[in-house]
Amino acid sequence: MAETTLTHTSQMDRPQGLRGIAADWASDQRAFKNVSWGKAMMWIFLLSDTFIFGCFLLSYMTARISTRVPWPNPSEVFALRIGGSEIPLILIAIMTFVLISSSGTMAMAVNFGYRRDRRKTAILMLLTAALGATFVGMQAFEWTKLITEGVRPWGNPWGAAQFGSCFFMITGFHGTHVTIGVIFLIIVARKVWRGDFDTGRPGFFTSRRGRYENVEIMGLYWHFVDLVWVFIFAFFYLW
Amino acid sequence: MVDVTPADAVPPAEVAEMELYHPHSWWTKYVFSQDAKVIAVQYSATAMAIGLVALMLSWLMRLQLGFPGTFDFITPEAYYQFITMHGMIMVIYLLTALFLGGFGNYLIPLMVGARDMVFPYVNMLSYWVYLLAVLVLVSSFFAPGGPTGAGWTLYPPQAIMTGTPGGQDWGIILMLSSLILFIIGFTMGGLNYVVTVLQGRTRGMTLMRLPLTVWGIFTATVMALLAFPALFVACVMMLLDRLLGTSFFMPAIVEMGEQLQHNGGSPILFQHLFWFFGHPEVYIVALPAFGIVSDLISTHARKNIFGYRMMVWAIIAIGALSFVVWAHHMYVSGMNPYFGFFFATTTLIIAVPTAIKVYNWVLTLWRGDIHLTIPMLFALAFIVTFVNGGLTGLFLGNVVVDVPLSDTMFVVAHFHMVMGVAPILVIFGAIYHWYPKVTGRMLDETLGRFHFWITFLGAYLIFFPMHYLGLMGVPRRYAELTDMNIMTESAHHLNSFISIMAFIVGFAQMVFLFNLIWSIRHGREAGGNPWRATTLEWQTPETPPAHGNFGKELPIVYRWAYDYSVPGAKEDFIPQNVPGSFGPSREPA
Repeated sequence: MAETTLTHTSQMDRPQGLRGIAADWASDQRAFKNVSWGKAMMWIFLLSDTFIFGCFLLSYMTARISTRVPWPNPSEVFALRIGGSEIPLILIAIMTFVLISSSGTMAMAVNFGYRRDRRKTAILMLLTAALGATFVGMQAFEWTKLITEGVRPWGNPWGAAQFGSCFFMITGFHGTHVTIGVIFLIIVARKVWRGDFDTGRPGFFTSRRGRYENVEIMGLYWHFVDLVWVFIFAFFYLW
Repeated sequence: MVDVTPADAVPPAEVAEMELYHPHSWWTKYVFSQDAKVIAVQYSATAMAIGLVALMLSWLMRLQLGFPGTFDFITPEAYYQFITMHGMIMVIYLLTALFLGGFGNYLIPLMVGARDMVFPYVNMLSYWVYLLAVLVLVSSFFAPGGPTGAGWTLYPPQAIMTGTPGGQDWGIILMLSSLILFIIGFTMGGLNYVVTVLQGRTRGMTLMRLPLTVWGIFTATVMALLAFPALFVACVMMLLDRLLGTSFFMPAIVEMGEQLQHNGGSPILFQHLFWFFGHPEVYIVALPAFGIVSDLISTHARKNIFGYRMMVWAIIAIGALSFVVWAHHMYVSGMNPYFGFFFATTTLIIAVPTAIKVYNWVLTLWRGDIHLTIPMLFALAFIVTFVNGGLTGLFLGNVVVDVPLSDTMFVVAHFHMVMGVAPILVIFGAIYHWYPKVTGRMLDETLGRFHFWITFLGAYLIFFPMHYLGLMGVPRRYAELTDMNIMTESAHHLNSFISIMAFIVGFAQMVFLFNLIWSIRHGREAGGNPWRATTLEWQTPETPPAHGNFGKELPIVYRWAYDYSVPGAKEDFIPQNVPGSFGPSREPA
């Protein structure tokens, strides 16, 4: 198998700390010892994706600080009337809680994956997918509510038109990431359940054999999507 | 081969060999192929085909500029469409795709001693998404209203307004969609190139033994993965402005006496996003050229590259610096004077690592055994052209000099010299150099020399006079220059002269294309290593290399890529996979 992590390097005498990093980069074959190809690729992709979200958020901030019309107050816009009182940001708080919890179940899935516990890994991955789908569902509810209140990408009743534009664009782009994550969680969970990673069954498209590490790579993506949400939450809802 | 002594010991293999997908049918072997070499040829052929379209667009522009009023079918709208599509195709769909998708795919696995890219399936998808992007782009020529005429920088607000061709038709929509597809496709390929270089090298291949070609392509790919996101975001936002009526980039604006729905957007924001991509993009096409030309010069001058480590660090320094210079494209957009000072300073600092590279190329040639082969001719032409274009970059990097020269033909001359002609010369040199490996046959020598002299001298005759036109104040992007005071009669003559040269140079490219096709069957048999080069791609058991590149055993690397003319060695080159006990090495310790 090509993407094996380890072998000899773990027994090799390698210096610690910065010298170790320098030694690794000066060595042959691999700059990151004990990092498989798949994991390296996911990390580099996430770095690139960080720049995409960074550009989205910077553009949003530019629009917000340069607008001459007042920016709608998020704690009023994103409030729900529950039991006769307006509770600010309550839906967003629940959504954030759900998504952060899904990171927890994902981490547990990775753990059980490395223990080769097929059943628990698959169930926890499906649970993660369910939490992710719940998040997207609540986001759909939030979108519907705002749209019925008159928020559109090109305008809204309370102030700067860029409020709606940025809101739909950024949460939409993030929601797409979550949705793609949910789809792949289900695909990988199916493979775990079927035992593909134990039997070494080749992938349908790639004809490569998968390993339990794929669960962890999936987890990297999921935690990233989660982390991005924290920034969106801070910069869009709490500002 | 000699026995390996204990002194030649290399670390054991850290990972097992990769599983290769073995195709069974013609379709999976040549069309939906996962072999990086086939994907490279597909990328190159597609890029050259669309590049041919861009070449023809430049002829149409030169028809209009050289002989204004003669050709009725070139309306001002059509002229804008020509410049837009010519620029966008040349920069993105030809240069970026050919250097990274073409040369990157072919050379990275072979040069680092890998069987293939690390994820061949994703690599295959990369090409097909790129092809889709090209088809979407081409489709805009046939869409109602034609392609966009917004200029290759697509500046809003004009890009999506009625007055600009394609602004309220399909043109701009297809352009932005095509760019988004290109970025998705490129990302799939780019991740492969980066991981292959970092994690997929053969035994003994350290980063400081990589040929500079790989260093150039690798650094450019990393930059592209960090710079394309800004273009991606800009495209998404402009697409929303155009389709949903948002106002990211659109201020309140009156068009034909009518107040548009937009309000409060910032056109400057687009410029920042675009140039945060756009300036690194210049180096995304320049760094692979730097790397390749280093290898061409070293191989054909039979001498080790001068200052290898400095060359590597210069590539990295240029790559890093290019992310903090973008606003020098925006001096006339208006900014805080201190920002202008900052960006002018960083821009001029880039001249330092660039100058290191130029000196090292020249010092590599110094007292070398220079063979004036066609790749070498193109490499020498590159140095001259690049120095010329780079020096005018120093003019334009200074705010006070840039402001009067901005939007004149001087700018056109500058960037065509430095990022048009110079990288294209390297591409030609590289094709003459590696064609024997790809096909097993040499390109025809006579046609090649004809192609070189016409292209090199012709390109100079096209772009050098443009500097003078620019200094006179002749503006760029004007379809009609007839009734302007600055257009003296001699300036008109110069324009006609430039146009005639452009047709001649364009004709020489047809000769080149003929040579490419004709030599596949009729070229002289090349053998495995016609240039007597040291790097791993010339040491493959078969030529062209078979699927999996290296036969049964992967090569083991014992030395750097530049052991040419080592004193005491039997031959004037020692390949990278020859053990150290076989002969001395000049590798820096």
